[in-house]
Amino acid sequence: MSGGVDSSVSAALLKEQGYDVIGVMLRLWSDSDSQNRCCAPDAQAEARHIAGLLEFPFYVIDAQDQFYQAVVLPFIDGYAQGITPNPCLNCNRLIRWDFLLERAAALGAKYLATGHYARIQQTPTEHYQLLKSRDLQKDQSYVLHVLTQKSLSQTIFPLANLSKSQVRKLAGEYSLPVAERPDSQDLCFVGQGDYRDFLRKTDPSINKPGPILNPESKIIGEHPGLADFTIGQRKGLRISSPESLYVIRKDIDQNALIVGNKEHLGRTEFFADQVNWIAGVPPQDPIQATIKIRYKSPETPGTITALKGHSVQIQLESPLPDITPGQAAVFYQNDICLGGGIIRSD
Amino acid sequence: MNNIYLDYAATTPVDERVITAMQPYFNIRFGNPSSLHQFGQQAETALDLSRREMAGYLGAMPSELIFTSSGSESDNLALRGTAFASREKTGANHLLVSPIEHPAVLATARQLADLHGFDVTYIPVDEFGMVSPTMVQTNLRDDTALVSVMHANNEIGTLNPIAEIGQLCRDRGIPFHSDAVQSAAHFPLDVNDLKVDLMALGAHKFYGPKGVGALYVRSGIDLIPMLTGGSQELGLRAATQNTPLIVGMAKAFKLVQVDHNARTNHIRPLRDHLINQVLSLIPSSQLTGHPETRLPNHASFVFEDADGNLLISVLDAAGFACSSGSACKTGDPEPSLLLTHLNYSLSWAMGSLRVTLGKDTTSDDIDAFLEILPGCIQQVRELKS
Ligand SMILES: Cc1ncc(COP(=O)(O)O)c(C=O)c1O
Repeated sequence: MSGGVDSSVSAALLKEQGYDVIGVMLRLWSDSDSQNRCCAPDAQAEARHIAGLLEFPFYVIDAQDQFYQAVVLPFIDGYAQGITPNPCLNCNRLIRWDFLLERAAALGAKYLATGHYARIQQTPTEHYQLLKSRDLQKDQSYVLHVLTQKSLSQTIFPLANLSKSQVRKLAGEYSLPVAERPDSQDLCFVGQGDYRDFLRKTDPSINKPGPILNPESKIIGEHPGLADFTIGQRKGLRISSPESLYVIRKDIDQNALIVGNKEHLGRTEFFADQVNWIAGVPPQDPIQATIKIRYKSPETPGTITALKGHSVQIQLESPLPDITPGQAAVFYQNDICLGGGIIRSD
Repeated sequence: MNNIYLDYAATTPVDERVITAMQPYFNIRFGNPSSLHQFGQQAETALDLSRREMAGYLGAMPSELIFTSSGSESDNLALRGTAFASREKTGANHLLVSPIEHPAVLATARQLADLHGFDVTYIPVDEFGMVSPTMVQTNLRDDTALVSVMHANNEIGTLNPIAEIGQLCRDRGIPFHSDAVQSAAHFPLDVNDLKVDLMALGAHKFYGPKGVGALYVRSGIDLIPMLTGGSQELGLRAATQNTPLIVGMAKAFKLVQVDHNARTNHIRPLRDHLINQVLSLIPSSQLTGHPETRLPNHASFVFEDADGNLLISVLDAAGFACSSGSACKTGDPEPSLLLTHLNYSLSWAMGSLRVTLGKDTTSDDIDAFLEILPGCIQQVRELKS
């Protein structure tokens, strides 16, 4: 529970459906003295309040060490390797599911329910499919593509068939507060400032100034640190040039930022690693699918070929300018989320 | 909810007879005890009777008992009241307190040190958290304004040799305060036998209502009031007395005096059985606090490599309400100060469990608890590794 409207309405729905509900909030690690946004005192107070209103027990489980190990360190390490990691993926897989499922079992729970906008469907062959939310605006399957058959078999998404506006309306009907944590771009564990400040503070060696090169490897400027930039970024380069320049690549060995104009940017082929197939096994043959390369980007059609060792090759039908190593590429066939992986650095 | 309550050291349910005694003072005999009219007189009579009755059981004079809002307030008033009065009168500037006091004493002493320049010494304790009179003697100074040693510790149940410490203080003419909030539920407390000059009580630990307490102040001990205003409570605590709660406290206190033998005879064997079973059923377990000289309802343990916070949650979900020195609702577990002070290493101190029994605890409750506890601890331990 976050104290927000989604998990609160989820709990109310479950309670109404006759489940024995136990509310849990994870205490996550946070930078310095600031509280992690997911479990700040006001969020805790709100969740506790909701549990009290709906009359079910509520516990806060300490996951600070595990979160630091499983989410924060790989995040820092990812930037050290020049990629743009998405810590929410590790958090979902290792903390919000694996870690919490084990503890939920110890509390006597059979299922884990969250306020995510996504659907789980059981096929006649006893397989679990992950489907997009009916509210496509709110769909969160992108960050849930890391779930396994086992996790899905123990998961309930009570908001599966609801839209955000229906959820708000239900909150009103249940007389629940409809507080909403602002959808911030910042990471939950970063206190003051943004992730760049956090990285600078944590390990000054990660983000140090270096050259900006053009595609012909000529030095045309200096950057303050690779972590400040992401592929496709235009702002903040501070180079005067007749045409707009974009970040097209990062060269971690030379600590160099490679920039070029729009033509240099688009790519149609890339690889992804650490791939999770929701079905549990990769497809034998190349498949046609649509591919989403960022949480909020549209899907692009392409062909996915499973390779050895949890990797895939992805061939898009049309080039995309912002294929970013470290972010997830998630594969869909219509409403079905097939899985996804982490975009490889070239 | 039909969970089994095993946290009587945290608070107790109010006895039905206490509720009945309190009832008229909410809306029928509701007057302000300070008022001149008959409504006021009725309330004043109830207040007076409550004071006489409680004082009688304590071996005190009615004028030596001040009603407060809680055990915490009584501790605060004892420390601040005497510290400031002694400084005013004799320039005494030193406080001698045991390091295992309840936060109501410890935090008050710290504030007196930090904001008011008092010099605080913490008396060394033994491995059971017990304060030895010798150590008190060694640390007494001519400018000691107050000594504060609790009668029974809330977290590990250990009882302190209050009468001996009281005698030492008396020999030196130094006021002695004891927090008897936990022990009041289990023993008759006579302020003369215990040789205390001040003693804190709180009703909700002995089947009385929450939000009411008392402070015994021996006649001749100077106290500066902390709550100023009207001249209630002999001018030592302003505020209209909470008549219904005070009546309830007096009734509950009376029931302790009448029932404590029967209660202890019922509880102690259950508690002993619990301790023996836990120590034999659960590997890497230890009793905390003194094995014999402890509250008769109190069992406290540490389990190596177990997250006490999670254990309490798991036990609660399984239907048993217990507590722990490190447990905290906000998921920020810290090892208990007390266990750290007693030199338990982190891997033990984080895995503490307090099980406290009450007059309504049955042997079935304890059997059911012993049935599930080993499994719960094993689960929690597995989740740690
Ligand atoms: C030893 C001791 N002193 C003081 C207190 C505080 O009492 P109250 O809750 O009435 O403020 C407690 C109870 O938590 C206690 O156990």
